[in-house]
Amino acid sequence: MGGSERDQFAAAVHDLLSGADVPAAARRWADGDLAPGLALWRRLAGLGVSALAVPEKWGGLGASPLDLVVACEELGHHALPGPVAESLAAVPALLAVLADTGLADTGLADTGLADTGLADTGLADTGLAPGACGERGLGGEWLAGLAAGDLIATLAMPPRLPFAADAGAARLVLLAEDGAVYRARLGAMHRSVDPARSLSEARGGEVLARDAAEAAARALDLGALACSAQLLGAGRALLEASVRHASVRAQFGRPVGAFQAVKHKLADVAIGLEFARPLLDAAATALGDDAATAGRDVSAAKVACADAAYRAARAALQVHGAIGYTAELDLSLWLAKVRALVPAWGSQAEHRTRVMRELSGQGGPR
Amino acid sequence: MSGGDRGGRPPRSALSREDSGGRPSGPALTGAFRAEVRDWLAAHAPAEPLPSLDTAEGFARHREWERELAAARLSVVSWPARYGGRDATLAEWLVFEEEYYAAGAPARVGQNGLSLLAPTLFAHGTADQRDRFLPPMATAEEVWAQAWSEPEAGSDLAAIRSRAVRCEGGWLLSGTKTWCSRAAFADRAFGLFRTDPAAERHHGLTYLLFGLRAPGVTVRPIRQLGGRTGFAEIFLDDVFVPDADVVGAPGDGWRIAMSTASHERGLSLRSPGRFVAAATRLAELWRRAGDPDDTALRDRVADAWIGARAYQLHTQATAGRLAAGGTPGDLGVRSSLGKVFWSELDVALHETALDLLGPHAEVREGPDGRWLEDYLFALAGPIYAGTNEIQRTLIAERVLGLPR
Repeated sequence: MGGSERDQFAAAVHDLLSGADVPAAARRWADGDLAPGLALWRRLAGLGVSALAVPEKWGGLGASPLDLVVACEELGHHALPGPVAESLAAVPALLAVLADTGLADTGLADTGLADTGLADTGLADTGLAPGACGERGLGGEWLAGLAAGDLIATLAMPPRLPFAADAGAARLVLLAEDGAVYRARLGAMHRSVDPARSLSEARGGEVLARDAAEAAARALDLGALACSAQLLGAGRALLEASVRHASVRAQFGRPVGAFQAVKHKLADVAIGLEFARPLLDAAATALGDDAATAGRDVSAAKVACADAAYRAARAALQVHGAIGYTAELDLSLWLAKVRALVPAWGSQAEHRTRVMRELSGQGGPR
Repeated sequence: MSGGDRGGRPPRSALSREDSGGRPSGPALTGAFRAEVRDWLAAHAPAEPLPSLDTAEGFARHREWERELAAARLSVVSWPARYGGRDATLAEWLVFEEEYYAAGAPARVGQNGLSLLAPTLFAHGTADQRDRFLPPMATAEEVWAQAWSEPEAGSDLAAIRSRAVRCEGGWLLSGTKTWCSRAAFADRAFGLFRTDPAAERHHGLTYLLFGLRAPGVTVRPIRQLGGRTGFAEIFLDDVFVPDADVVGAPGDGWRIAMSTASHERGLSLRSPGRFVAAATRLAELWRRAGDPDDTALRDRVADAWIGARAYQLHTQATAGRLAAGGTPGDLGVRSSLGKVFWSELDVALHETALDLLGPHAEVREGPDGRWLEDYLFALAGPIYAGTNEIQRTLIAERVLGLPR
C-alpha cells in the first residue's frame, strides 16, 4: 500500500471498530463468551486484516510490515481482544517460511485441521471445517485459512513468549522452541492481568519443522513489531480518554484539565507517543527490507512504544482519579491491555540489551 | 471509553497517524552531497577542538572557521545561492547537519542569526535587508545576538518594557535586554521593542535590528554556569535605529517574532545530527568504559541512543511532509513537542556520559572533558527558546485541546 492507501485502510479499521462496541465484546470475551469478539475478527478479515501478513501465493495480500503496523495500531487503539500479534503477524511469518521449505512429515496431513487439541480444553470448535489438504500442503492450508479469516492461530515461543495467548480462540496453536516448531499440546491455562486474555502453557506435540530458528526469529520480530503497534494505539486511546475526561470533569469550579499539573502530565504522554511512532515505522520498514539493522530497530520500537503506552496508562489512571480505578469503567480494558503487553514479546530489558548489542555491529563491554 | 459513552467512537484526533508527519523520507537520495560534505569536513575540520566560542579568542577562531566554511559554500546550504547558499532541500540540510556533527566540527558561532533572524528576514524582511544582512551573516563577518528577554520579561515575553520612540528617520531605543546569547562578542542584535506605549501585552511591539557598538549601547558580559560569558546584558540609552532596520510593519513585532520562535524550537535550531553524533559517541564510551554488570547504566545508554534515533526519524518525517507540501503552520504548534523532547534527551544523554565517567567526570580538560562542556551546554536547553513548562502548556492547549 502507498501512504494514502494506508491511511484509508487505518480509517476503515477504525470506523469498523468504532461502530462495533469493542468494549462490550471484550467484556463478554473475559466472561468466556468469545462469540461477539470472534464476529469482530471475522468482520476485520473481511477488510483484509487477517490476510496482510500471508503471502499472495497462499491466498493472502503479501502486504508490507508497515501495512501490518497500521492495522495493529488501530486494533490496539480499540483494545480488540484476541491473539492479534500472534495470529496476524507471527504465525503467518513462521508458516510462510515453513510452507516453502516443507513441513516435517508427521502424518498430520491426514488429520488436517480437525485435531487442534482444543478438545482437551473443552472449548468449542470455532467453525472451521476439516478438509483435505490437497496440493497446498498443511502449511499452505493453514495460511489460506488465516488469510480467509477461517483460522485464528496463536503460539508460544519460550522464553520470550512463555505462554500461548488466547488459545481458546485459536484452532491452531504452535510452539517454537530451541529451533524447532511443534503443533502444541495445551497445558494449564492461566489468567492474565488483562481479563480479556488467557495464557496457556504449551508443550511440544508433533514436530512440524526442525532447524527453523531463523524463521522463528523473524516471527518473533514481526510479533514484537505488531505488539508495539498495539501498544502505540492503546496509548493513543488512553491519551484521548484522558483529554476527554479532563475537559469535562470539574473540581474547584474548573475542568481538571485547566490545571497545569494535569496539562503537563498529558503533554508528556503526547511527547512519548509522538516520538515512538517514527521508531515503529522505521522498524517496519527495516523488517520489510530485510535490513541488517531490523532486529535493533524492532527492539528500539518495542522499548519506545511500551514506555510511551505505559506512561499513557499511568497518566490516564491518575487523571481519571477514583473512577479510573474501577473495572466498571471501560478505561480499565485499556489499562489492563497495556500492562499485559508491555513485557510480552521480550521484556524491556531484553530489548534494550539487544539495541546495545547490535549498535555498530559490536558487542557491549561484555 | 468513559463510563457514559461505552462503545462510543474514539476520535482519530490527537497524534493520529495523519497528523504526525507521514513516513520517513528516503535518505539515500542525497548521497553525492553527503559524500562532498563528508570529504570536505574530513579535510578541513580542525583536528583539535577550538577554544570556547564564549571567549574572545575562541570567538575570533570560530569566525575564521565560518569564513572557511562559507568559502566552500557550506555555511548556509539551505539559502539561495545569491546570499551564499546552495538552495539545498530540507533533506539535504539534514544530511549536512548529520555529517557536520559526526565530524565533530566546531560549534556555529552564528547560530542565532542563522536559525532565528535569517528565517525571519526570508519571511518578513525587505529585499534590501536581505541583501545587506544575509551575505555577511553567511560568512560570520557579522555575528548576531538575540535580544528577547528583559529583567521582567522571561517566559512572559509579552511583558516587554524596552521602548522604541519615534524620531526623525527612525527610532530611539531605551531599556534593558538580558540573557542575550553571544552578545558579549557579537556585532549586531535583533529584538522586540514597545513602540506603542498605550498598547498592552502582545500589541504595539516592533521587531528591530541594532548594532551592538552603536552609540548609547553598553554590553555587560555575564558569566554562565560553565564559567564563560555566553550571554550578556544590553543597556540601551537612546540608540538610533533607521527605519530601514525595522523588520515588518511597526506594531507587528509579536507575530513576526513568534514565527521566529517556532524556528528556534523546531527544525532549524537543533538538528538531529547533533544528538545522533553524541549518542554514537556515548555508545562508544560505554564499550570502552562501561561496567558490564551495571545494567541500569546500560539501559540509559540504550535509551539515549533510541531517543536520538527517534528524533532523527521524526525530523526526517517532518521534512518529508514539508517537501510534499505540508502546512508549516502545523509545524509551529508541533515544534513544542520536539523542543521538550530534544532538550530533555540532551540532558539525559550527557548525564549518562558523566555517570559513566565516574570520578573522572568532573575533569574539565582532556579527551573526556568535552562531555562536561556539552553537559553544561545541554542544561540550558530546557530553559531557552521558551521554557519546557511553557512548551508543555502549549502542547496541552494547542495540540491536545485542553481548556485554558
